[in-house]
Amino acid sequence: MRGNGPWKMAAGAAAIALLAAGCSGGSSDDDETLPNAISIGIVEPESLIPSNTTEQNGSSVLASLFYPLVRFDENSNPYVVAAEAITHDKANKVWTVKIRSGFTFSNGEAVTADNYINAWNYGAYGPNAQLASYFFSRIDGYAQMQSVDPDGDGPEKAEVPKAKKLTGLKKVNNTTFTVTLSAGFAGWESVMGYDAFYPLPKAAFKADGVLADGFGDAPIGNGPFKIKGKWEHDSKVVVEKVTDFKGTVPKVDGITWKIYQDLGAQYADLVAGNLDVETKIPIESLASASGDLGDRLQKSPSSAFAFVGFPIYEKEYQDKKVRIALSMAINREEMTDQIFLGSETPATSFVSPVVAGYRPNTCGENCEYNPTKAKQLYAEGKGPADIKISYNVDGGHKAWVDAMCNQIKASLGVNCSGSPEPKLSDMLKKVREHKSVGMIRLAWAMDYPLMENYLGPLYTTDGSSNYYGYSNSAFDSLVREGSEAATPAAAIKKWQQAEDILADDMPVLPLRFGQNVFGHSEKVTSVEMDLFQKVDIYKIEVAS
Amino acid sequence: MFRYIVRRLLQMVLTFFGATFIVYALMFAVQDDPIQALVGERPITASQRAALTERYHLGDNFFAQYWYYMKGLLTGDFGTSMTNRKVADMLADAWPVTLRLSLMAIVIAATIAILAGVVSAIRRGSIFDNATLVVTLIVLAMPIVVIAPLAQLVFGIKLGWFPVTAGKDASLWQLLLPAGVLASLVVATELRVTRASVAENLRADYVRTARAKGLTGARVIGVHVLRNSLIPVITLIGVDLGALMSGAIVTEKVFNIPGVGFNLFRGIRTEDGPLVVGFVSVLVIVFLVVNLIVDLLYAALDPRIRYE
Repeated sequence: MRGNGPWKMAAGAAAIALLAAGCSGGSSDDDETLPNAISIGIVEPESLIPSNTTEQNGSSVLASLFYPLVRFDENSNPYVVAAEAITHDKANKVWTVKIRSGFTFSNGEAVTADNYINAWNYGAYGPNAQLASYFFSRIDGYAQMQSVDPDGDGPEKAEVPKAKKLTGLKKVNNTTFTVTLSAGFAGWESVMGYDAFYPLPKAAFKADGVLADGFGDAPIGNGPFKIKGKWEHDSKVVVEKVTDFKGTVPKVDGITWKIYQDLGAQYADLVAGNLDVETKIPIESLASASGDLGDRLQKSPSSAFAFVGFPIYEKEYQDKKVRIALSMAINREEMTDQIFLGSETPATSFVSPVVAGYRPNTCGENCEYNPTKAKQLYAEGKGPADIKISYNVDGGHKAWVDAMCNQIKASLGVNCSGSPEPKLSDMLKKVREHKSVGMIRLAWAMDYPLMENYLGPLYTTDGSSNYYGYSNSAFDSLVREGSEAATPAAAIKKWQQAEDILADDMPVLPLRFGQNVFGHSEKVTSVEMDLFQKVDIYKIEVAS
Repeated sequence: MFRYIVRRLLQMVLTFFGATFIVYALMFAVQDDPIQALVGERPITASQRAALTERYHLGDNFFAQYWYYMKGLLTGDFGTSMTNRKVADMLADAWPVTLRLSLMAIVIAATIAILAGVVSAIRRGSIFDNATLVVTLIVLAMPIVVIAPLAQLVFGIKLGWFPVTAGKDASLWQLLLPAGVLASLVVATELRVTRASVAENLRADYVRTARAKGLTGARVIGVHVLRNSLIPVITLIGVDLGALMSGAIVTEKVFNIPGVGFNLFRGIRTEDGPLVVGFVSVLVIVFLVVNLIVDLLYAALDPRIRYE
């Protein structure tokens, strides 16, 4: 090869490469031009199959595609939407759901009781490994649909479960079915407002109990919007209005759920006007957000509850005086103001303010900043001279954990240090093995708006997230009695009594209640967010 | 030449298997509890854990898992990511946009580096030479985590010259700013190397001869000097591909480009073995091919180099 040959070759190769790059560079911004459509930022959803969705991104998209049995009013009380009536027997055990007739899925299929029953059976069946399957665990027959691997992670295969259907679901007629629970539960109507309880059309299944391939990429729902094309992974989900929808009709004609990997990039697009709603302003942009957005930066209550768990399995923390002293040693207000810039509020109760039955400051003086009394109690309880607070480094917790430690040091005169773990799972593993981790950073967001959804998982002896080993039989039975109470009001009464026990025992140290800190563009108005960190798609509208 | 290429290709097969094995082993070692990572902070039931462990062969030992993976890979199946998507689909989604981004970055970096490098070599000590020295030093000193958001803030939001983010079906125009940011990673070294190499060649005997023969300045520089000076620069561009790929992790995140870098980041964070190994396997192939092309370009540029 001599002379100009190689140069031509190189130039040719470069030209081909550039051409190839250019050709595939089609721009497709035509969805933006729909006059009455909006865009809302999300992170790539885990899944768009209702029973497999447990995070708010997938849940937001599903809320536009599906119409739930119940929704919640401002006081978190359920009211029927897709259901015409939901009734129950005296023991709260057998619930009868009558669905409104005339509703169809976006493919034209009529919505019947079978659609609910099939969807719930699919979600509850263990081998389908649906992430939201625990929602069905109260229904009779759930246990028979689960299998347990005989040797944990070992090579032996798990047995096939005994049943494929929930025995607690019975069809009465085309628009009515009954749900039998394994134990009475007053709040069951609220539970049915969750995503996992959406119906699935016949088209979703290729055989009985087997989901059709690709349904998760283009779900067909009974909601006010239908998906346009497919879920474009890592890019967007576009939904458009269903013509003559029978339920509440939203004010916008379409929503583009724009997928971002990074809240910072999302924020940049919001400020530049390329995005209409960002549901979570990143904490590093909070300082500049009020200047960038003005009154388009908004706050609303959310169900998030941040707390620090005491390792009650460790001797040093078994005296409740020590726990109370630590709670009194910290200044919650200072933390939320200085570190969270007012984006979260101090917590002095054990359930979130968004649930019915919440009372402010149930923790009383145990959660008041009182360094002198704290020091005295700490000495009486012979608290440890060295305190650790374990946290996961991937969640941005370092700043406040360090601040909390400094407060403890100042108030009690003991050593305190943050103990970082790479991931939450690493930390929980150590906790489960009862290793010495010190205090544990934890948080909770509710699945359904009931006090029980905080009291049950977090503080009962067999609670799914009671990692710290708190156990009080009087508390357990009060929570259970509340769940089985005849009316919601009676239930709340029991649950409030249970919460009072917590204030006395201090199994955890309540720290902060979360808020939705969101922003929107000048294009949209009436932007509201609900307690589940979702934009209310029925209220939002394009500014005229 | 032909035998050389065949030999290199055979070596590539070995390198490929070695690299995937190491990456697979690393991912296996780092995997702690991918099922918990999948569900975030929520508790997971024993029954779900059992079903997911089974689905992803997580209960098997390392060699059995690697065997499953390789068996799939050799039949063209990259496996299923923990997000339940086919890794092959994810590759097909992510590569085009990253390829466009890095090609643009390479072209931008090479154009600026070679033009500015040649000019500053010819006018050594001039204001232009000193100015490029200062600018390249500044750019070299700034890490990409600073440059990327800064460029987005200044050129995207404040001045409004460029689109703020790019997205998946980005046009060349939308990719220009991120590509420029990426190019800034490598442009400084390329420029310095071009300058040094051109400056050295300008003093060479053959350049004096060419000038004595009465050739025009443009021909002396454009053909004789440049061709000899470009060899180290081309090598550098090949090596820079690595810097571009690692820089892409940050750039793609800032400009919201769902490409290779983003998927790698996500895969590592969620302990998603199949995803990471799939993407790295393809990255390895790209590296090997690019290095082969660079080696072949030597022969094209310098007739003295022969491959047997």
